Amino acid sequence: MATMHTRSTARLMMAPAVVSLLLWMAVPLGMTIWFSLLRYNLLMPGMEEWTGFTNYRYFLTDPAFFTAIANTLLMVGGVLLISVGGGIALALLLDQAFFGQGIVRLLVIAPFFVMPTVSALVWKNMFMNPVYGLFAMVARFFGLEPVDWFAEVPLFSIIMIVAWQWLPFATLILLTALQSLDEEQKEAAEMDGAGPLSRFIYIVLPHLSRAITVVILIQTIFLLSIFAEILVTTNGGPGLQSTTLTYLVYVQALLQFDVGSASAGGIIAVILANIVAIFLMRIVGKNLDA
Amino acid sequence: MARAVSTRRKWITTIVAWTIGLALFFPILWTFLTSFKTEGEAIATPPSLMFFNWTLENYVEVQARSNYLKYFSNSIIIAVGSTIVGLLIAVPAAWAMAFSPTKRTKEILLWMLSTKMLPAVGVLVPIYLLFRDAGLLDSRIGLVGVLTMVNLPIIVWMLYTYFREIPGEILEAARMDGASLAKEIVYVLTPMALPGIASTMLLNIILAWNEAFWTLNLTASSAAPLTAFIAAYSSPEGLFWAKLSAASTLAVAPILIMGWFSQRQLIRGLTFGAVK
Repeated sequence: MATMHTRSTARLMMAPAVVSLLLWMAVPLGMTIWFSLLRYNLLMPGMEEWTGFTNYRYFLTDPAFFTAIANTLLMVGGVLLISVGGGIALALLLDQAFFGQGIVRLLVIAPFFVMPTVSALVWKNMFMNPVYGLFAMVARFFGLEPVDWFAEVPLFSIIMIVAWQWLPFATLILLTALQSLDEEQKEAAEMDGAGPLSRFIYIVLPHLSRAITVVILIQTIFLLSIFAEILVTTNGGPGLQSTTLTYLVYVQALLQFDVGSASAGGIIAVILANIVAIFLMRIVGKNLDA
Repeated sequence: MARAVSTRRKWITTIVAWTIGLALFFPILWTFLTSFKTEGEAIATPPSLMFFNWTLENYVEVQARSNYLKYFSNSIIIAVGSTIVGLLIAVPAAWAMAFSPTKRTKEILLWMLSTKMLPAVGVLVPIYLLFRDAGLLDSRIGLVGVLTMVNLPIIVWMLYTYFREIPGEILEAARMDGASLAKEIVYVLTPMALPGIASTMLLNIILAWNEAFWTLNLTASSAAPLTAFIAAYSSPEGLFWAKLSAASTLAVAPILIMGWFSQRQLIRGLTFGAVK
């Protein structure tokens, strides 16, 4: 159907999107790679010099780097565990018949639309404040010692906040996938005498597997870049206890002005994200053919 | 629905589901309620859910103290601006890919998606330095540009999945009936494409409104949107919960309502069509 004429028109129509994205990606990424090989500090302008892989060596041998990687993995893993596990349970629940389904669905999805700085500060102050926060009040009501969340368990507190934001997303997608499950298949299994548990394991879970994979991959991409929640609650502290890779690069670049090692950290983050991205692309690509 | 659900079971499910739903929604409800309290009532023990003296003074004060409207309009300009620019670039591209696909269409789509997976910190340093040298730091136009590029892959993808559902035969039929290209676009294509474009626009405004990496790192004051305004409450002085709540309510409410209307499109846009 595509003639020579329409083909060149099509190319022209695609050009702005392709060219601008190419520039957006290639130019800064190339600069990051270049900077990562230089000794480059904004406080010492004009002193830039080639250092090869020194920045990488510095970054990779810095204990802060390993703490940041461990924190990043803990945070991404923790949020995934809560949001996917909770999401499956919630999706199964919301798929049942009950009164006010539409409204409950709206209530559940709501946290996803709250801007990150708002949810982080609302949780930090009104819920997790060790004196006036609701959690502290509830703890005292039961005669327990209130927890000073961001001092005692900073990373866990951030995981809770981020999981609250992403649980709705997982729930909504898994619920959508669940609703496309053939009702007759479930009935047939039921007639054959399969109990609720074996129906879940042999019919529901395999049906959800692709949606679960998609949720995990997409969330991982977004979670690797979590920034605002850390900035407004703990600033990465106390010490380095809640510093992730993204936050560490930010500190190196915009607070310590060490462009060289920040760039090396950025490139390492890119490599880590790419490992996840490859799997996601494969799934999406398969779907395009179908 | 072939199976009859027992009434008792339905009631139990109703109670459980509502409890969980309200628990997840509670922080938002609590923020909303606190915004109408005085600062003293906001930290009172025990806290009051409904029975306090409702007041609007926090809303007045948030505006008076910090020119809230400036941040609000920055948010609107940045979110809507980046969405419109994004659509202008993406509509033709998605159109071409949906209606005259070539062997490379799939590759291009996947490549666009891959740019979305580039972590922001990977390009933070050069973007920051380029913006500094070009005088674009803390400028709305700079942020519009960045957010356009950040969300462009999602816009192209969403539009592509919508456009692909428009049957090509309709175009041919219109052509056979002697419609000119202009007429074809105005009378046939636009009406069929509008719903898809509208929901893409909605989702993208939500994403841009809540974006909090670039908006925090590239603005200081004059171009700062609400994400940055709220972040300023992280190092407060004195009692501020009621004011924080008022500012938060205003920042979240419009987007929450838009989000509720577009939850279906959200799935399509954020899973790149992998879950329907």
